Amino acid sequence: MPQTKPILNFEQLRKDFPILNRKIHGKQLVYFDNAATSQKPKQVIDAMDDYYKAHNANIHRSIHTLGEEATELYEKAHEKVADFINADSYQNIVFTKNTTESLNLLAYSLTAKLNKGDEIVVSQMEHHSNLVPWQQLAKQRGLKLKFIRINSEGKLDEKSINESITNKTKIVSITHVSNVLGTVNDVKKIAKIAHENGALMAVDGAQAAPHMPVNVRDIGADFYAFSGHKMLGPTGIGVLYGKKELLEGMGPFLYGGGMIREVSFSGTTFNDLPWKFEAGTMNLAEAVGLGAAVDYLKNIGMEKIQQKDKELAGYAAKRLKENKDVITYGPNERAAVISFNFDKIHAHDVSQILDSEGIAIRAGHHCCMPLMNILGVPATARASFYLYNTKEEVDKFVKALDKVKKMFGI
Amino acid sequence: MDDIESMYQENILDHYKNPRNSGTIKNASVHHHENNPLCGDELDLYLVINNHKVVDVKINGHGCAISQASASMLSEKIKGKALDELKKITKEGILEMIGIPLSAVRLKCALLSLDTLKNSILIYEKYVNKN
Repeated sequence: MPQTKPILNFEQLRKDFPILNRKIHGKQLVYFDNAATSQKPKQVIDAMDDYYKAHNANIHRSIHTLGEEATELYEKAHEKVADFINADSYQNIVFTKNTTESLNLLAYSLTAKLNKGDEIVVSQMEHHSNLVPWQQLAKQRGLKLKFIRINSEGKLDEKSINESITNKTKIVSITHVSNVLGTVNDVKKIAKIAHENGALMAVDGAQAAPHMPVNVRDIGADFYAFSGHKMLGPTGIGVLYGKKELLEGMGPFLYGGGMIREVSFSGTTFNDLPWKFEAGTMNLAEAVGLGAAVDYLKNIGMEKIQQKDKELAGYAAKRLKENKDVITYGPNERAAVISFNFDKIHAHDVSQILDSEGIAIRAGHHCCMPLMNILGVPATARASFYLYNTKEEVDKFVKALDKVKKMFGI
Repeated sequence: MDDIESMYQENILDHYKNPRNSGTIKNASVHHHENNPLCGDELDLYLVINNHKVVDVKINGHGCAISQASASMLSEKIKGKALDELKKITKEGILEMIGIPLSAVRLKCALLSLDTLKNSILIYEKYVNKN
């Protein structure tokens, strides 16, 4: 039989992630909680270490060698991210703390210009971070928030998309990939519908940017938000991509140092993009770390990562479906996430028992309480994969589910 | 017995699968619902109170084994007890009752039953004092 060539050299790749050597309760760690946060390769850890050991200074204002090096590294990270998602330039890339802050920035700045009765459209599968900011600002500013329904397959309902987005809609904000169902939404198509109706299109890319090639210009997104920590980067650094003319037209979100051009006692003019949106001393080492994460991912290739994730998620879904006591959620065609439940065992108990086998999964509502209501469950267990995971790990995980059943006597 | 086996020992699973005092009471003196939104654990507690004493109790809930076993065990403990006595039950008392090692994360599962009981009594006494 011909040997199929593996997509990636995993032996080598796993060595880059020191934490994968951890033993948990005496067992080799199997880390399946990547949708919550990914692990970090030593290239990222080293880049941040090196920043602090050799280049640390504040940026944009210190006229000395370290200040210039730090500024260059920080700005370079914007360029790397711009290239990663095929943005025009570093000026389209605003660094934030995380996806949540990116979406809050958008919600505050964009809704400030809306009028009472204007409509915002999100979907029923949004993470709280792409729901609560819009919901709260809609309440404060008298706007209407509408939800695109999901169908029984766990996909956005086509009819509901067309009915929800109308000429009253000013903003559409949709997740690229569901963090619970693994559904990949056709955001390009939704962007087209939004634009035909004169609305802006924002995309929550937190679960997509780490796992697939993202081309913001091809999608036609006006805004695209994601986090560094889910894509091998450190916590504390997130991204908001925006079209230049739109970012230029928006008011700042946070005021202070760094984001100004000139200040007098009576007024202030604001800095150029993207610095206008980056007030105060930012997370500099984290930005450098994100740059290193982007280098790492690019070096492997996002197409390969996407293919690998798909294979693993498909394999896990197949193995889980063999188990008649397990209920799985979401469409057949899924990204690197699978949610499941046992009929009579709470997800927390499942997670706790898997932990005793060294397997880390997530259990809970995954910051999607309205979606849990639609699924009719208080919580799900969720396994989520990344480039360093293997089929052998999926087999271990499936085997450990037998221990769960055994302990609960089913 | 390793940690996980002691956490899911027989009596915990027995209380989880066959909760004592399971059900509802139509004319309860107080009915109170608590949940643990992070986990999705839920508990409804029904008390019939006579002369500052709990004369009947029913529980109705769903959630993880720890939260539901804790509620079942507590329901057995409170029947016939005076409210003043119940108010003295502490977190430590609950942990002793459950008798298994719990991580900080799982502690709130175990304590849902106590929170529900304490709040039920507060609501009941507030109501009685008002009328």
